[in-house]
Amino acid sequence: MSLRKLIVPLLLAAASVTHAAKTDLVLGMQLEPPNLDPTGGAAAAIDEVVYANVFEGLTRFASDGSVQPALAKSWEISDDGLVYTFTLNAGVKFHDGSDFDAQDVKFSLDRARAETSTNAQKQLFAGIASVEVTDPQTVVITLSQPNGALLFNLAWGDAIMLSPDSFDKAKTEPVGTGPFVFSKWVQGDRIEITRNPDYWGEPAKLDKATFKFISEPTAAFAALMAGDVDAFPVFPAPENLPQFEADPGFQVVVGSTEGETILSTNNKQPPFDNKLVRQALAHAIDRKSIIDGAMFGYGTPIGTHFAPHNPAYVDLTANSMYDPEKAKALLKEAGFADGFSTTLKLPPPSYARRGGEIIAAQLREVGITTEISNLEWAQWLEQVFRGKDFGLTIVSHTEPMDIGIYAKPDYYFQYDNPELQSLIADLEGITDPDARTESLQKAQQIISDDYVNGYLFQLAKTGVANADIVGLWENSPTQANDLTAVYWK
Amino acid sequence: MESGIFRRNLVIGSVLALVFLIAAIVSFFWTPYDVTQLDIANKLKKPNAEYWFGTDHFGRDIFSMIMVGARTSIAVAIVAVGIGLLIGVPLGLTAAAWRHSLLDELIMRSNDLVFAFPALLIAIMITAVFGPGAVNAIIAIGIFNIPVFARLTRGAALSLWTRDYILAARTAGKKSFRISLEHILPNILNLLIVQGTIQFSLGILAEAGLSYVGLGAQPPVPSWGRMLAESQTMISFAPHLALFPGFAILLTVLGLNLFGDGLRDLFDPRLRRESR
Repeated sequence: MSLRKLIVPLLLAAASVTHAAKTDLVLGMQLEPPNLDPTGGAAAAIDEVVYANVFEGLTRFASDGSVQPALAKSWEISDDGLVYTFTLNAGVKFHDGSDFDAQDVKFSLDRARAETSTNAQKQLFAGIASVEVTDPQTVVITLSQPNGALLFNLAWGDAIMLSPDSFDKAKTEPVGTGPFVFSKWVQGDRIEITRNPDYWGEPAKLDKATFKFISEPTAAFAALMAGDVDAFPVFPAPENLPQFEADPGFQVVVGSTEGETILSTNNKQPPFDNKLVRQALAHAIDRKSIIDGAMFGYGTPIGTHFAPHNPAYVDLTANSMYDPEKAKALLKEAGFADGFSTTLKLPPPSYARRGGEIIAAQLREVGITTEISNLEWAQWLEQVFRGKDFGLTIVSHTEPMDIGIYAKPDYYFQYDNPELQSLIADLEGITDPDARTESLQKAQQIISDDYVNGYLFQLAKTGVANADIVGLWENSPTQANDLTAVYWK
Repeated sequence: MESGIFRRNLVIGSVLALVFLIAAIVSFFWTPYDVTQLDIANKLKKPNAEYWFGTDHFGRDIFSMIMVGARTSIAVAIVAVGIGLLIGVPLGLTAAAWRHSLLDELIMRSNDLVFAFPALLIAIMITAVFGPGAVNAIIAIGIFNIPVFARLTRGAALSLWTRDYILAARTAGKKSFRISLEHILPNILNLLIVQGTIQFSLGILAEAGLSYVGLGAQPPVPSWGRMLAESQTMISFAPHLALFPGFAILLTVLGLNLFGDGLRDLFDPRLRRESR
């Protein structure tokens, strides 16, 4: 056989391969999940891998943040708002081949709301009085009081369905019902999932997806440029986005997230137990400089702990306008005419590290000295989140609709206001949308007037992807990288 | 060639080192701009007449930051070398004075133990326990310097102990302590000065390395290593952010090394004789 005879078919084969659209995707993420069980950990990275891909719940969030049916095909709500009857989709199977039915729903919900449950968002299930199985396709959830947010709560990653046969493996070898099957986890490097051929719903378009963990922004930039990673849904270095925008090979999509980035203030630690001091802090901060300096302009200023794209949002930024003179006057009134000094503990993301330097400079202007310490996430969780050993810190709260954390007096910023606590508690029972909006707006007003924390900006979802990829989420209504509808042009 | 090359090393080295020393000293009284003052509107300016080295991502003047950064580097290196000298030299002298005793073994083997760990590892260990900061960086680099000086001192002192004039001093009834102080130390001083210069440059390099990984001086204190780390993602569109601190580290370390080489050649009569 001549060499030519050998090469021509090879070339033809190669040409036909390049014409077919790619069916695998490598997705870059900055943080690796500690485990893969959304019901057993609070880390956002868990949901960013498995939510909607491997695991599903009764309901789910769509890309626009609306709540859609998932494993539950439909539901009926009794007139008093206490009894929810869910009809499940038929023919749903777990990845291990076992059937998904009403017993699994009862098991999953009972496990999540049990006394011994380690679910990170246990309050989502607080109002559930009982979960009854009437037939394999029907589940009845009875509430102790009406809860307008039940369908929303059940859409969370923390409310996904597990099988009693495989729930204990979820941390390392998750078995779900989703359009992708978990295939491999190379610790410290990547997680691979492949298409579920027996999926009950619309099957995924990709054959295989890989989540690659790259913590260094510089390495993330290089990996995208080299094509080692096809998409970075949350690119860690906003300063590099103009370069990707200028490159026709990439698409840059800047969307919204549920991440309220705040200057968390330890409300129990003097002098921050004094409202005047917190108010002074709020007026000492120039949000525009922080967004421009730390995020290179990406981010929306906020004046309270609520996402601006939510219909119930009230713009309260005027309540804490940048006014250093007023801040100085307030400090004087509070008895700190000469200022004071405190700690500013910063986790690794650039919004915190860079934002921290800017805030430190702004606080210095009004006489507040901050001692900055840069912490790794593990140290931050230990010292700040669990140990409450901090004066100030900067962090983005990325859970959706999380204003409820202000009703937990033992939450790390330790805000204790009975008025807000009863408001949030009552909110559970309100099903009328207008009344809900009113209560939510009242809650926003209270925490803004109390200057609980310094409200900085809503984190932007700075997504970078190969220009030929279609179907990635533009916004981030929950912590997820839903790949079901993603394909290559 | 009459040791011309040595002189040249000495001159170039001392000029380079002096430039940064002067910059550091001047920075106490004057810098073109305040390095703690952020000016976001003027960020990422290219070098120009107003900002000689341009501005960084917060609009701070890089020239001013290099000046104050020199202060940080030099301060850390001086104290670290000081720790090494003050602890390492007495240890070395003691070990040499009671050579081959249990004490000698104890001192030198513990030195070996410290020496076995890379400096950066010791630094990470210390900062992990006590938290990051300039003071802990100084301690970490200082600890690494102790065995360097202890070994050098012992080695040099050992050869001196066999000399006749030491024997004479001993017969005159001088105790080991006084001999070490009055006869040994003055005779190894030039060695220590040369080694001190080299360790000084290594100290600056180590400080830059620690700051680069976030374990050195904490913001807002400017530090060359952290400037480099922060410029990383911007290097493709604002290379001046990385170039200036990079050159500052390079030139200081080069200068101190040349200076150290020059000094050694100046002090070492054997080398001078050979080159003739």
